[in-house]
Amino acid sequence: MRALLDTLMVLLTFTNLRLLGLSRINASIRTVAAQGVLLGFVALAAHAGHWNARILIVAAVGIAIKGIAFPVLLFRALRAAKIRREVEPFVGYIPSVLAGMAAFLISLWVAARLPLPGGPASDLIVPTALSTMLVGLLLIVSRKKALSQALGYLVFENGIYVFGVGVAYEAPALVEMGILLDVFVAVFVMGITVFHIAREFDSIDTTRLAALKE
Amino acid sequence: MLSALILIPAAAAALCFFTRSTSLRRALLFGAAACHAALSASTWFHPPGDAWGGALHLDAIGQPFLSVLSGLFLAAAVYAVGYLRRESPGLREDFLEGFRFTNAPEAVFTGCLLFFLSTMTLVILSENLGLLWIAVEATTLSSAPLIYFHRHHRSLEATWKYLMICSVGIGLALLGNFFLAVAASSAYGGSIPLSVHVLCERAAALHAPWLKGAFIFLLVGYGTKMGLAPLHTWLPDAHSEAPSVVSALLSGALLNCAFLGILRIFQICVAAGLGSYAQGYLVLFGMVSIGLAAAFLLAQRDYKRLLAYSSVEHMGILALGVGLGGTAAFGALLHAVNHSFAKAMLFLLAGNILAAYRTKAAAEVRGVLRRIPVTGVLWLAGLLAITGSPPFGTFVSELLILRGAVEQGRFWIAGSYLALLTVIFVGMAATMTRMAQGSDPEWTGGAVPRESAVAIGPPLALGLVVLALGMYLPPSLDAVLHRAAQALGAG
Repeated sequence: MRALLDTLMVLLTFTNLRLLGLSRINASIRTVAAQGVLLGFVALAAHAGHWNARILIVAAVGIAIKGIAFPVLLFRALRAAKIRREVEPFVGYIPSVLAGMAAFLISLWVAARLPLPGGPASDLIVPTALSTMLVGLLLIVSRKKALSQALGYLVFENGIYVFGVGVAYEAPALVEMGILLDVFVAVFVMGITVFHIAREFDSIDTTRLAALKE
Repeated sequence: MLSALILIPAAAAALCFFTRSTSLRRALLFGAAACHAALSASTWFHPPGDAWGGALHLDAIGQPFLSVLSGLFLAAAVYAVGYLRRESPGLREDFLEGFRFTNAPEAVFTGCLLFFLSTMTLVILSENLGLLWIAVEATTLSSAPLIYFHRHHRSLEATWKYLMICSVGIGLALLGNFFLAVAASSAYGGSIPLSVHVLCERAAALHAPWLKGAFIFLLVGYGTKMGLAPLHTWLPDAHSEAPSVVSALLSGALLNCAFLGILRIFQICVAAGLGSYAQGYLVLFGMVSIGLAAAFLLAQRDYKRLLAYSSVEHMGILALGVGLGGTAAFGALLHAVNHSFAKAMLFLLAGNILAAYRTKAAAEVRGVLRRIPVTGVLWLAGLLAITGSPPFGTFVSELLILRGAVEQGRFWIAGSYLALLTVIFVGMAATMTRMAQGSDPEWTGGAVPRESAVAIGPPLALGLVVLALGMYLPPSLDAVLHRAAQALGAG
């Protein structure tokens, strides 16, 4: 099981790097969807051997929301907004990928300084979780479109999910809290706001939102 | 009792969404605010028991914050009735760029305002850090529609920034909670609830490196919401684009709630013997915030943004005070109370000025003392209150923080704190007195328009509270603040 978990962590890191290098929004949404499905398996693999109803639900809900519901909603927003299908980064693709690799190295360094009590299911969990969060933040600050920023936010939350199911699963209700508010933030608020931005400007480019400056 | 404080505004909010009667909605807003104020006033006389299986608990740190929230919301509710009467429905012209826009439906505004009150109360009463986190998230969700009340692109931009930045902050705070859970599970082996008093009791057994990590992530996460520099970037936009009554609540009540989140984890760090580690970061963030706010205040031409940067400054003062500890921690808690009242007063007055002059540019506002005299006088009083001049309460609390720094022999901090406060005083006074005085180019004499009681009553009441706190500190408040400062490791 440990080998499987390590493989999943490596796959997650690959999806992160792929997201940083992708230029088309459709492909980005599909990659985030793939990442969501991977997360469900991470939850299962991290607790292999002692599955119970809770872990099955956490995994199933993770796959259903992150792997299916979000991508469907985002594709719908994409069609409704009638925007150009490119992510339009502020930072080029190759520097982005390099920054993603740097983020992974930093995460490895940080994780090495935080010894996990009791020994984790895989040594790669903490670095992968942290680097996924960093990649998410990178996507948020380096992309122009509101939709791409929302995608970045989802990647950021995916990192938190990995950490939650991998390491902090014992604490009651914490992982569920992450999922619950994940849903709330992304679907209700961001969905609605993206819709309003699209209607207001006929575009979801946040650089048009630049009236408020010092 | 404690659950009533949360459920009454929530129920009123739900009713607001369903009723069609405007007058009923306004009555609900005022009624819920009055009930909330009465209940939280009664907690001073009869300490309420815990509720929801111990998840809700009112302690010495929460008590002053709860009363501030009630007082502010009551003032804001009265003011909002006048504000909503002014804001006629239908298409309106934007005074800055001349395009036309509509407002959000009034039901959404009143409902979200009440729901906002309910969630902020939950933040203050939460004894469990998980519940506290959910409540902070809920405050973001309920206040976002309030910022987007005027449906045009500037407020949309402000709302988008607010949501994006605060959601990242809340995500980091969740990671901080995870770290805390890891720190606790290593200590106790099994699963334990993230209850503040349980964690404080057994703090010595917490795993120190993970607890340190938890503090950093919670400080950055809630610090984003609190507006500590350099994480404050959403704050000036949201405060300047939201209706003034919402800005008053954001600045006076919401920032305090985020501060409370930081105080909770700080409390645990103190109990675990990591107090000085955590204090170092608080002092650093505090000084950076005060310094950065001073720089932006001087160059600010928009008077609502001026007030927003002043909030960044005061949040820095709070972080600094708690970071210094001792006398300064007591001063910081008192300052949180004073700042809330003074800042809410100024935002409500800014709303009056905005309604009379229809501009947010400070350079275009002249002669407030003549055109709307009561607002003008209060505006100058508010200037003195917010910059910490005697005889206002802010003077006492800012002095206590200074004394705390001097007592510990940290003269560099004391000196730069004093210097920055002076710079801020000069910067704010220059802009705000120029607005109050001078001749009004558009004013042709004639009858002075009457200022309505609902527009000047609430800021007047808030100002009187700050003034009273400067002259006389009630013994009960003094005792509560001392107990709170003790919980934060001060003497």
